[in-house]
Amino acid sequence: MSDLIQASSRDIDGPLLVLKDVTTHFKTPRGLVRAVDGVSFTLDRGKALGIVGESGSGKTILSRSIMGLLPPRGTVRGGSITFEGREIGNLGRKEMRSVWGKEMAMIFQDPMTSLNPVMKIGRQIAEPLQIHLGMTKQNAWATAERLLQDVRIPEAKRRLEQYPHEMSGGMRQRVMIAIALACGPTALFADEPTTALDVTVQAQILDLLGEQRRDRNMSLVLVTHDLGVVAGHTDEIAVMYGGKLVEKATTKGLFANMKMPYTEALLNSIPRLEDRSHTRLSAIAGRPPDLVNPPKGCRFAPRCPYAQPKCQNEEPPLVPTAEDPNHLYACWYPVGSPENTEIKVRIAASKSEFAAAAGGN
Amino acid sequence: MAGTGKAHLRDSPDVLLRIEDLVVEFPVGRTGLKVNAVSGISLDVLRGETLGLVGESGCGKSTTGRAIMQLPRPTSGSVVFEGSELTRLTGDEMREARTRMQMIFQDPISSLNPRRKVRQIVMEPLNIWKRGTDAERSQKVDSILEEVGIDPTRAAESQPHQFSGGQCQRISIARSLVLDPSLIICDEPVSALDVSVQAQVLNLLEDLKAEYGLTLIFIAHDLAVVKNISDRVAVMYLGKICEVAPSDVLYENPAHHYTSVLLNSIPVPDPEVAVTKTAIEGEPPSPVLPPPGCRFNPRCPAAQDICRTEEPQLRAVGDGHFVACHFPTVTPVELSTR
Ligand SMILES: Nc1ncnc2c1ncn2[C@@H]1O[C@H](COP(=O)(O)OP(=O)(O)OP(=O)(O)O)[C@@H](O)[C@H]1O
Ligand SMILES: Nc1ncnc2c1ncn2[C@@H]1O[C@H](COP(=O)(O)OP(=O)(O)O)[C@@H](O)[C@H]1O
Ligand code: SF4
Ligand code: SF4
Ligand SMILES: [Mg+2]
Ligand SMILES: [Mg+2]
Repeated sequence: MSDLIQASSRDIDGPLLVLKDVTTHFKTPRGLVRAVDGVSFTLDRGKALGIVGESGSGKTILSRSIMGLLPPRGTVRGGSITFEGREIGNLGRKEMRSVWGKEMAMIFQDPMTSLNPVMKIGRQIAEPLQIHLGMTKQNAWATAERLLQDVRIPEAKRRLEQYPHEMSGGMRQRVMIAIALACGPTALFADEPTTALDVTVQAQILDLLGEQRRDRNMSLVLVTHDLGVVAGHTDEIAVMYGGKLVEKATTKGLFANMKMPYTEALLNSIPRLEDRSHTRLSAIAGRPPDLVNPPKGCRFAPRCPYAQPKCQNEEPPLVPTAEDPNHLYACWYPVGSPENTEIKVRIAASKSEFAAAAGGN
Repeated sequence: MAGTGKAHLRDSPDVLLRIEDLVVEFPVGRTGLKVNAVSGISLDVLRGETLGLVGESGCGKSTTGRAIMQLPRPTSGSVVFEGSELTRLTGDEMREARTRMQMIFQDPISSLNPRRKVRQIVMEPLNIWKRGTDAERSQKVDSILEEVGIDPTRAAESQPHQFSGGQCQRISIARSLVLDPSLIICDEPVSALDVSVQAQVLNLLEDLKAEYGLTLIFIAHDLAVVKNISDRVAVMYLGKICEVAPSDVLYENPAHHYTSVLLNSIPVPDPEVAVTKTAIEGEPPSPVLPPPGCRFNPRCPAAQDICRTEEPQLRAVGDGHFVACHFPTVTPVELSTR
């Protein structure tokens, strides 16, 4: 379809989105929750960025900070967010309203809670078109029908007249995508869009997002805890841990040359189809840090197999690798470095010593 | 015969659970129509075995799990557990039998009573069944909590919402263990957890299974997860069984076209391999009016005329490997050679 509502102002030069030292803290009775704690990165136009990390690592709050969708009370924000050269990090919900829909749109994990259960699907798509783009009702409904076709919903015309509960989970997520795409956003934020879905439907939805991104020259931010999901569907990956960015690289660069022990651990915890059944999974012991009292040095130190005394005391800065200035990581003993190899050898030696001692009695 | 066959059932003294021709139907309002949630499936599980049950949402996995527990009683068919026919037990007898078979669910937080302290929740089955003295109960609960990695002191002071999703799943597992069941039916126990917690819970289940000599039925939609924990896997589609095989065989040599679809849908955590291709279009049709013949035929790339009229029966394609398909991707074993 050639008359797609394309991402607006696509041809302006420069990065689409620039984050500088962004912090989002929440005041709570327990103390200050440092949900996002000094995150900087740049996102180019038309690119797909994956944000990966365990539950509670700050992925959702980071994307909500960019969207300006934070609770109004008790939120303390810092740093700078520029979108198409304009500072938006300090805008309130009211001012952000002009940005939502046309500039940025968001889809969430649970489509049922974000759709209005008592409003027909057609009206839920058409109304924003009338409000944001000033379309006539007739035009808006025709566009809504075409949007449903774009997201591969069969019998689009009939579906416009249905309510959310009459659809499957996968179908509702497609409707959410149609609504998000309606005003031709420049950037789409998808927060765990497939976590509630089957593997088969997940594959369909990820392909759909990729295809729409290319057709519309839109940027996509894909938030997930599963490195498998982002591997085939992003250009770049940002790994978060304890509210911080701990590694960022091109998707190919990250998998080819993983630096952060945390990224390695996340990857190793995924069950592999090619492994024999009952293969022991390498789980990451313990839990992510308490964001009220995060550990002093490296936040991953309490769970890191390679942690050394230095890790407990000094926080590692985010630095580029020797080979690639765009591959950033925060670790004192990165995977693949001579220091890390030495630690690995020591761990292996003490393990076999232990085994020998255990076997020797 | 209307069922999908029983060639895969085993004749062994070690069979702990055997279901035959299980049918579960639900009425659709007052329309006279019915949801064909489970349509004549047969399965068995040996003592100490883990049986995986995979398939897309709505294919009848949970309904099968609940029908085994007689929650509700199936429309027809037989469920024999530890030698007794559960479908014929009285309410009281069935309640007793349910102490030997437990179920854990996908949403760990909402499956625990939000107003009780966690240690009480885990203790409750022991109180209901008046097992042991107070001291014995306490000791048992604390040792099981330790076993699943929950601090008993914290459990005594805290309610479920004060624990993470992964911890709540550990608590559900602890509660399912206190009555010393022989069978645990795990209904998507890791689907709501992130990958690192998922790995912890899968490892925990393996350890507990070995320690307590448990038999497991493990329900999920992700074949990589199911393969990791199961000895044998049954693939379900729209209330029927498509294929049964040892886990490793199912992956190395899938015989049913639907099994291949499930395998190809799993995201590969490697950008060099992760070719973007949709494994299958569309969604399963409604179980109210399932397609005649092979229920997978409207979505099957290999469907022929016979698939639209005749239902395929399960037949052997290898050692312990069975498929219900007219044109399987693995050549069936001749009857004479079996
Ligand atoms: N309104 C709030 N007040 C206080 N703390 C909050 C608030 N919202 C989020 N948090 C905390 O901020 C941290 C980061 O939350 P966030 O939702 O971004 O995590 P996430 O990485 O998206 O996790 P998940 O994978 O579970 O979605 C968590 O510790 C969370 O409990
Ligand atoms: N109590 C019920 N009443 C009516 N239909 C039901 C009921 N329980 C399940 N179903 C239907 O039966 C089919 C199988 O459901 P279920 O066993 O939950 O699938 P799965 O666990 O494989 O996702 C679905 O179509 C579902 O909607
Ligand atoms: S800095 Fe130390 S503790 Fe942190 S990830 Fe690197 S090796 Fe591990
Ligand atoms: S029986 Fe026919 S439709 Fe069914 S899976 Fe086999 S080839 Fe496909
Ligand atoms: Mg989140
Ligand atoms: Mg289910």
